[in-house]
Amino acid sequence: MMLEVKNMVVSYGRIQAVKGIDFDVPAKSIVTLLGINGAGKSTTLRALSGLLPLTSGEIWFEGERIDALPAHKIVERGIAQSPEGRRLFKNMSVQDNLMLGAFSRSDADGIKKDLDRVYDMFEVLASRRNEPAGLFSGGEQQMLAIGRAMMSRPKLLMLDEPSMGLSPIMTQLIMKTIKELRSEGMTILLVEQNAQAALSLADKGYVLEVGNITLSDTGKALLKDDRVRRAYLGAD
Amino acid sequence: MTIVSPELQSRYGKPARIVAIVGAAIMVFAPMVPWVYTGKILDDMRRAFDPSGLQILFELVALVLLGVLVTSMFGVKLGKYKNVVAWNSTALAASLGGLGYIAAIVLAVAVVGSQKGLGGLAAAEPGLWIALAGSVIASAGSVFLRKSPRATLAKVPSPAWVQILALVAVVAMVLFMAAFAVNLTEVESFLVCCVFIVAAVFVFRATGVMGWLSIATANNRKVLMLAAFAAAFIFPATQDGSDANMTVVAQVLIFAGTALGLNIVVGLAGLLDMGYIAFLGAGAFTAAVLSRSAYATFSIDLPFPVVVLISGTVAALFGLLIGSPTLRVSGDYLAIVTLAFGEIFRITMVNLDGTDGPNITHGSNGIPAIPNLDFFGFDFGKSHEIFGITITRQANYYLLLLVVIAIVIAVFANLNHSRIGRGWVAIREDEMAAEAMGVNTFTLKLLAFAGGAFLAGMVGAVKAYKDTSVTPDQFVFLESCFLLSAVVLGGMGTVMGVLIGATILKLLPEKLRFFDDYRMLIFGALLVVMMRFRPEGIVADERRQMEFHDEDEELADEVEEELVTHHDLLNPEGGK
Repeated sequence: MMLEVKNMVVSYGRIQAVKGIDFDVPAKSIVTLLGINGAGKSTTLRALSGLLPLTSGEIWFEGERIDALPAHKIVERGIAQSPEGRRLFKNMSVQDNLMLGAFSRSDADGIKKDLDRVYDMFEVLASRRNEPAGLFSGGEQQMLAIGRAMMSRPKLLMLDEPSMGLSPIMTQLIMKTIKELRSEGMTILLVEQNAQAALSLADKGYVLEVGNITLSDTGKALLKDDRVRRAYLGAD
Repeated sequence: MTIVSPELQSRYGKPARIVAIVGAAIMVFAPMVPWVYTGKILDDMRRAFDPSGLQILFELVALVLLGVLVTSMFGVKLGKYKNVVAWNSTALAASLGGLGYIAAIVLAVAVVGSQKGLGGLAAAEPGLWIALAGSVIASAGSVFLRKSPRATLAKVPSPAWVQILALVAVVAMVLFMAAFAVNLTEVESFLVCCVFIVAAVFVFRATGVMGWLSIATANNRKVLMLAAFAAAFIFPATQDGSDANMTVVAQVLIFAGTALGLNIVVGLAGLLDMGYIAFLGAGAFTAAVLSRSAYATFSIDLPFPVVVLISGTVAALFGLLIGSPTLRVSGDYLAIVTLAFGEIFRITMVNLDGTDGPNITHGSNGIPAIPNLDFFGFDFGKSHEIFGITITRQANYYLLLLVVIAIVIAVFANLNHSRIGRGWVAIREDEMAAEAMGVNTFTLKLLAFAGGAFLAGMVGAVKAYKDTSVTPDQFVFLESCFLLSAVVLGGMGTVMGVLIGATILKLLPEKLRFFDDYRMLIFGALLVVMMRFRPEGIVADERRQMEFHDEDEELADEVEEELVTHHDLLNPEGGK
């Protein structure tokens, strides 16, 4: 297993947002966490990134326990996230945003190479690389957010609701990109509300409800599960 | 700016231009005849065909106005580009600027004339009224001119030497105006000159050449820096061996250097520090305590560059000491905590007097009688003749301060464009996102604190020698407020803006002693007005401008277009 989460509890003050969950992410796979607003998905990702402390439980990444490490050390270990709502640096240029993604690295040649790779992948970013990120459309900003997360050359890429606020066509495009990344050998933890899009490309899925994991199975099996279909896919 | 409706403009455009030209011609003629019968009001305006300095400034406005009005009739083209300069907008700005300037002079004559018992406006000669009438006629004509399309000069490719020449000319103009303004001893003359400077800036902006100039600046950053420093080095030569003005200007430099250090903390990293003056104090006390003064408690004879480094280091350590507990809070809390630490520093310096604590600073008496610096026999305390120019004591320190400020600016500019600078800006924009990207936020914030403190400490060391005495009451909370105001007023995160802000906040009170009692009121009002109309400061950092106007569609378009042209011109082959 690349990432193993054991009995993780995360709280905001006295309120437990994540109430002791276990899940794991095998290398070179796409794992998705499904859940509605307030289920604890983003809290889980923040805790994995070291942005929130754990109340109890353990996080293991490639055989190393990482739950006490500060955020920048976790990025150095190879976990990057594209946060909820994209959180781009809107007044900084595309290039500066990408360079910030590579903040933890010091290999200038490698950074240059990865920069070219991101620009190859998202051509709209390449042609407007000196413009402030805030001037781009939602879909383009999402591309930039993914590109920025890729710039730290992560082993595990965590995407928090990449389809949020995007048109169906844009969502398809983003999902296609995620698939491509996996075929290049990237491991992806995808947090989504859009169950259809997420499950159809996930190897494994977990359903998160008010801080607990209530279902887990392969992506295909979950797509056919009655409870998932009722709750997320609008079937009755 | 549109004052009359576009229909009226298109109907009366042609006759209006003739009216404006007549007005401008009258304005050009006016300075040739006396404006005031006595030389005791403003500068000497009583001679015919021998205009005084302030009259020449009016003549300049008039000539620009006339030139613009006449040139625009011929539809000048540069290559394939029409409307290189916004002719009509320039004419409007110049005529209104001229009107404002002459109105200020009339007001000054009325007030000063009656104060000095010279009969107020009765002291005016016909020339003044001719100038006023000319301005009114020119303004009346200019408001009917059609609004200019956006100037296209920024799109015209220009050779490097033209750009460099233009930059040098601008620097020379600024030097000339600075020397002229500082040398005006009468308060009313200085105020009138300030009105001219404001008017000139508006005319300059109206021409639409700012865009071109910013491209020229971006292309020749080093040339501009060199020219600016050369101008600053020549400045003492304009003072004719007088120490009075140099004292003021050296104070401005100390203030500006400290504000530049604060700019790292506030402008780049976005940490609100309300006790920053303590770092200047830490540097100044360190230098004083180590100096050869009879009152110094650790007097060692060290070379000055070493003293500067030690002072900076002590200030930086102090920054780490204050920073490591306080940087865990942010925003308003950080402001309050740093304010408290600033006061703690001052009170500690008062208490290190031998009774309440070990004697290090002699308490509120501080450390006086710090001897002048001596560089390889060059005594900073004496006047020196160099190429026939007298460099006075204050001028010596002024030149030394310039060197220190050059170092501060070099550090600032390099940090701003480095990986660390990018990290700071990211923290300022969105701390959580920065953390998620792997930015070590706490260390970087601490580094900003310590770095800013180091620069302030260096400036403090020079301040100790220049002032010859260091006392705790030089480092009160109010000074921290002024530093912060200078950064905010000038433009956070920019070098040029902070220099301008510091000059305004320090030079004006020194030149305008009479409003000393009201300066808090006036600066407060000024800041409120700035926050309403131009929250990004006088000089805007391009990364920040959008932050303040994110709902302003027009500005967004403008910035986008500017960036695109800018980018294309800087990278002719790549990109698009």
